[in-house]
Amino acid sequence: MKQLLSFVRKEFYHIFRDKTTMMILLGIPIIQMILFGFALTTEVKNTQIVVLAPTYDDATERIVNKLNNSTYFDVVGRITNKDEIENSFRSGKAKLVVVFEDRFGEKFRHEGKGRIQLIADATDPNAATTFSFYASNIINDYQRSMMGTTKNPYIISPEVKMLYNPQMIGAYNFVPGVLGMIIILICAMMTSIAIVREKEKGTMEVLLVSPMKPIYSILSKITPYFVLSCINFASIILLSIFVLKVPVTGSFSALIFISLLYIFVSLALGLLISTLTDSQLAAMLISGMGLMMPVLLLSGMIFPIESMPVWLQVISNIVPARWYIEAVKAIMIQGLGFASVWKDMTILAFMAFVLIIVSLKKFKVRLE
Amino acid sequence: MLQDISKSNKVIIAEKLTKMFGSFTAVDQISFEVERGEIFGFLGANGAGKTTAMRMLSGLSIPTSGKGFVAGYDISKESEMVKKNIGYMSQKFSLYDDLKVWENIELFGGIYGMKPDDIKTKTDTLMYTLKFEKERNKLVGELPLGFKQKLAFSVSIFHNPQVVFLDEPTGGVDPITRRQFWELIYEATSQGITVFVTTHYMDEAEYCDRVSIMVDGKIEALDSPKNLKKQFNANSMDEVFQQLARKAKRVEL
Repeated sequence: MKQLLSFVRKEFYHIFRDKTTMMILLGIPIIQMILFGFALTTEVKNTQIVVLAPTYDDATERIVNKLNNSTYFDVVGRITNKDEIENSFRSGKAKLVVVFEDRFGEKFRHEGKGRIQLIADATDPNAATTFSFYASNIINDYQRSMMGTTKNPYIISPEVKMLYNPQMIGAYNFVPGVLGMIIILICAMMTSIAIVREKEKGTMEVLLVSPMKPIYSILSKITPYFVLSCINFASIILLSIFVLKVPVTGSFSALIFISLLYIFVSLALGLLISTLTDSQLAAMLISGMGLMMPVLLLSGMIFPIESMPVWLQVISNIVPARWYIEAVKAIMIQGLGFASVWKDMTILAFMAFVLIIVSLKKFKVRLE
Repeated sequence: MLQDISKSNKVIIAEKLTKMFGSFTAVDQISFEVERGEIFGFLGANGAGKTTAMRMLSGLSIPTSGKGFVAGYDISKESEMVKKNIGYMSQKFSLYDDLKVWENIELFGGIYGMKPDDIKTKTDTLMYTLKFEKERNKLVGELPLGFKQKLAFSVSIFHNPQVVFLDEPTGGVDPITRRQFWELIYEATSQGITVFVTTHYMDEAEYCDRVSIMVDGKIEALDSPKNLKKQFNANSMDEVFQQLARKAKRVEL
């Protein structure tokens, strides 16, 4: 036990003395939360639009004002010639061009119908879909207010309701994702690098010659990263609740339980990677390519799993982050508890069990 | 059998010790004995099998066949006991650069199960004899190589082992520092510690009580430096080594 303690202390020294790495480890989650929360948002805000109307009349003016007054759009220019449309996009001035037909106001008033065309820059298709949808909603809104003055009582207005995330806040979606990624990063990548570093520097040899049990050296390697992950988990959850205002609506104990399970899986993965290679660089590449990419791409963090081709969906089953993120979403956002995430928990527990067995078997007691 | 060994003065016994990697025989039936307090030099070109032999004796690697006893314990069956009674210094420098001098000592003392009080008093003595008092609180990474090696050696015998294995301990330092290092080795043998050392430097071979020279996994010569020079009609250990190494068929691994 004393052996173990002096060894755990040594591991903490390694981390504390490498200030850059420590700052990165503790800073990354905070920076990521802030970036995802405020900068890299998928919400549509202040999209720049250019208006093309051959004639500006009362009706066009109202619609343009309505668009401009919403938080979603800024009208940055008015043009009168359709040859200028291309230029507005090319110069990056506009994301959306609202084209009114010739004598729009007149036709709208007298014939009861006017045509508006929305031309969107679909370089980013998701954003384009979203803001065109918003723009057409605003225009429909105006149309409805106009119709309200007529006597036609039968107006069908489609209403889209966003479940769980009524304001479509992006943060709801990425908080679980960031959790899933940070824990993998700290536990798997850092643990494997820390173990491989000892192999590379030759100190592992000295440890293996010593009477210390290999399981002790593994445990002591794991402990500091376990503590770091818990700190990061806490900081992400606190930021999420108090800064991004994304509350944990479901069972808090379920959230903590599944997070511990996931941390365990990640540590075992790190251990496994460390048995596969003898160089820090290789360990970093394996955890980078082998863990970060699947977590980013196949966990449902960025791209929905349902819209992937079947073979990718099958592969995504073995990505632990997929199950973790799914469960955290269910707990944090849908407000569910243990009963609803038992499947994810069972899968993670099974993964942890298999990984621990395999990596302990592979961890070489002797240098051959 | 065990009783006899522990009573006798033979601290290391190798009987036809063999290590095979697949069809490749790295160490081929080597036999020798080392007495308590002896400095036993283990020479050989790169790839001759020195490191593999040393790893078997220090419990890092299981022999394919043959027997070995270190400090009275069977290296195949009682490697845990072997590990408790030996010290080891690898050719890669084996302390932690980002730990302070005293932290390294405390760590390794702790690993070998020494009591904190013992560690403390012994550290004080060690710092005094090495004239390291000023460096005590420095990170090991800040020390010059010669200092580090002396410290690594002192740490490897800190728990008072019966045998210490040194794998090319003085690589890359100047002859004066090497000489100082050897004074530490003599000091250790005077306390009854047996020293098993591999080296590339032939001047170091002259300092050993007995020297064995390995060629292609076999021990080709084993005697005191004086007798070896006589036997091979040579002026220096370097010449002895050249004559034997020329026979090697293996290319450097």
